[in-house]
Amino acid sequence: MAFRAMISSHATQQSKWVPSAGVARQMSSWFGHVEPAAKDPILGVTEAFLADPSPDKVNVGVGAYRDDNGKPVVLECVREAERRIAGNLNMEYLPMGGSSHMIEESLKLAYGEDSDFIKDKRIAAVQALSGTGACRLFADFQKRFLPDSQIYIPVPTWANHHNIWRDARVPQNTFHYYHAETKGLDFSSLMEDIKNAPNGSFFLLHACAHNPTGVDPSEEQWREISHLFKSKNHFPFFDMAYQGFASGDPERDAKAIRIFLDDGHLIGCAQSFAKNMGLYGQRAGCLSILCDNEMEAVAVKSQLQQLGRPMYSNPPVHGALIVSTILGDPELKKLWLQEVKGMADRIIGMRTTLRENLEKLGSPLSWEHITNQIGMFCYSGMSPEQVDRLTNEYHIYMTRNGRISMAGVTTGNVGYLANAIHEVTK
Amino acid sequence: MASLAFSSTSASPVALRGRPNKLAIGVAQSGACHVSARGSDRKARLFITRAVAVEKKVSRFEDVAMAPPDPILGVSEAFRACTNESKLNLGVGAYRTEDLQPYVLNVVKKAEKLMLEKGENKEYLPIEGLAAFNKATAELLLGADNHSIQSQRVATVQGLSGTGSLRLAAAFINRYCPNSKVLISSPTWGNHKNIFNDAGVPWSEYRYYDPKTVGLDFEGMIADIKAAPSGSFILLHGCAHNPTGIDPTPEQWTKIADVLEEKGHTPFFDVAYQGFASGSLDEDAFSVRLFVERGFEVFVAQSYSKNLGLYSERIGAINVICSSSDVANRVKSQLKRLARPMYSNPPVHGARIVANVVGDPNLFSEWKAEMEEMAGRIKNVRKRLYDNLSQKDKSGKDWSFILRQIGMFSYTGLNTSQSENMTNKWHVYMTKDGRISLAGLSLAKCDYLADAIIDSYHNVN
Repeated sequence: MAFRAMISSHATQQSKWVPSAGVARQMSSWFGHVEPAAKDPILGVTEAFLADPSPDKVNVGVGAYRDDNGKPVVLECVREAERRIAGNLNMEYLPMGGSSHMIEESLKLAYGEDSDFIKDKRIAAVQALSGTGACRLFADFQKRFLPDSQIYIPVPTWANHHNIWRDARVPQNTFHYYHAETKGLDFSSLMEDIKNAPNGSFFLLHACAHNPTGVDPSEEQWREISHLFKSKNHFPFFDMAYQGFASGDPERDAKAIRIFLDDGHLIGCAQSFAKNMGLYGQRAGCLSILCDNEMEAVAVKSQLQQLGRPMYSNPPVHGALIVSTILGDPELKKLWLQEVKGMADRIIGMRTTLRENLEKLGSPLSWEHITNQIGMFCYSGMSPEQVDRLTNEYHIYMTRNGRISMAGVTTGNVGYLANAIHEVTK
Repeated sequence: MASLAFSSTSASPVALRGRPNKLAIGVAQSGACHVSARGSDRKARLFITRAVAVEKKVSRFEDVAMAPPDPILGVSEAFRACTNESKLNLGVGAYRTEDLQPYVLNVVKKAEKLMLEKGENKEYLPIEGLAAFNKATAELLLGADNHSIQSQRVATVQGLSGTGSLRLAAAFINRYCPNSKVLISSPTWGNHKNIFNDAGVPWSEYRYYDPKTVGLDFEGMIADIKAAPSGSFILLHGCAHNPTGIDPTPEQWTKIADVLEEKGHTPFFDVAYQGFASGSLDEDAFSVRLFVERGFEVFVAQSYSKNLGLYSERIGAINVICSSSDVANRVKSQLKRLARPMYSNPPVHGARIVANVVGDPNLFSEWKAEMEEMAGRIKNVRKRLYDNLSQKDKSGKDWSFILRQIGMFSYTGLNTSQSENMTNKWHVYMTKDGRISLAGLSLAKCDYLADAIIDSYHNVN
């Protein structure tokens, strides 16, 4: 009874907050020294876009796919999967490593349906919080088990890669990647850097559809990279966020990984289903590390789980269920493959149209890199100042490194976009 | 080609001794056997691939040791493997019905149906999570008319259930209060230590459980909190302490607040059972609201795993109640900066469920009723167990602590050997610290459990 009385008297006092006498010391915060964080360069663009009242505004900032009407898309195969899993029996915790069904299907996608590595159980794999979570788990694992190692990161790369390895306290180096003059790959410098890195270095490679440049090595170039990696005994860590999304064919997009596997490398791989299945907000992904043998894979997996436990205990189920439902059902998988090809084709089509428009406008510059590059992004080559003009004068939103998310380009806005780009670059 | 592969390995002097990995190095260093992997037929290629694999470098992770099984989640695994008919799983804290089945709340089913019909998109949430969820969760915790909310002094960021929210807070403490340590209760949820360890935050323990009374060691708790360096973070369980089920009384909470104030400590609440302990959301928030009322800056991690049964959706939040809205804004921005390199943005599904349930008056009422039912079932089970123990145990031992404890768990007072006896002889699966999850107990099984406890307590040392 006394307890209830205490609560009700407490409740009536709530609306009037008067600090008790001894609390005067508390008035100044313990956290007064906390500076405001800078806006995330990528996600901050969307915030700014949303705040803009202009009817002409165009968002080619964040890499989320849009249909030709500029609308977010939920794939039909995803909707169907959700209908099937609705009324799911229970929401019990997944095991620490996540959904084994989802992991199995993810590995088949990355390593090949008939991969011996899967059959031989040599892959340590856990469900992860999309690509970010997979990279972070790997970085933490690297820190814990190879504390003297560093990571080589391409220039440029997705900005969050730097944050991830920094917060995992793994020292970073960079290697040449993008060639500003050609707006293509700086292959010779890349190979130099690989050669000059100390033997046994860790390298972060984008498996396909490099973010932000859209510039990928050719198959032949991948073979040479793999060969050089072998003689240097480097560790290849692949971030594969766009499998299926680059060429429209997941098998083709996994080519780089398969080349490395054939050459006998023991790789690490972060997979994301954010883009290729449109599961962005569900945070569905997978981290895998190819080991020497099954016993080692079991040990490594147990340690990955150990790292995940104090971060989130076990991963979220919903996205995983969608992935495994789709990939585990031949009909749904077929539908997915069609839909993913559809998305890739639309982007490829927009690349062609954007380039044609710019050429028709009589731009003195070369725009062939728009169609040479692949995947969601185009590295336009524009300067930050030119990007600022696009935003301020034309209400076109993109990141200041000149990266255009082609997924945000539509038949409705491509003309406007081409014109604006022409105006600020002529 | 196949024979070449064979001969190169068998020819090597290393082949007859040493571990396979050493062999691999030996062959690689000798530079022998550059076998092309691009054989014409698949079988030959496979064979050659294996030969090339022998040549490959040793894995960097060869020395990685097997991690120990998780003490809590490992119990369920052992239970599943047991074939005895009488087996009982009192390990992990997941709610079960009287039929010992998992329970998806009706309001959750309704909310999911609504969501399916709405067909919303699956775009990325902002780093801080779903706005509707963040608003709902802070209001649920503090009360919508709470001054701290009205004056925008609460920084709320959606987190990956309780664990993820605790981890964000721990990472923040590591970065912005690097000279501070956290005090955690002895005992506490096993994962607390892992979280602070991995976040690089030093911790020590304050006395909490008194085995002699199977109750709270209040004197010890106060003394240890007083002895901690000023400006420490004190991790407190908002209600339904895990693993003991022992909560301070309101009077004790007031005294705890006094000591924190005296020493300039910051309260850090883990609220994993709001609504689940007493059956009332407001009642269970008493301790948190007391501290906020007293003018403290407070960290609060929330989870909807138990009270909404959303375990696997990983939905929770970290709230930091600050002394001003300006500080709250800055703190929130830095929490986001910590989350971005961990998972970029949180999963949407669970957040939408919560927002839908809390946002709809009918669903909200229904939820409160379901929560009362769950808490009620546990209270009934406690009563039945107590009755059975009192009747059966002729020693006169006082088992009433079971009635005084609250929430999903009960610290039985059994030691490690006695707990092991529970499992080995009676097939009752529980953690070795003597903790049983009453959520996994049915009225029908109380009789059996009482026998097991009495036997273990009296006949095993």
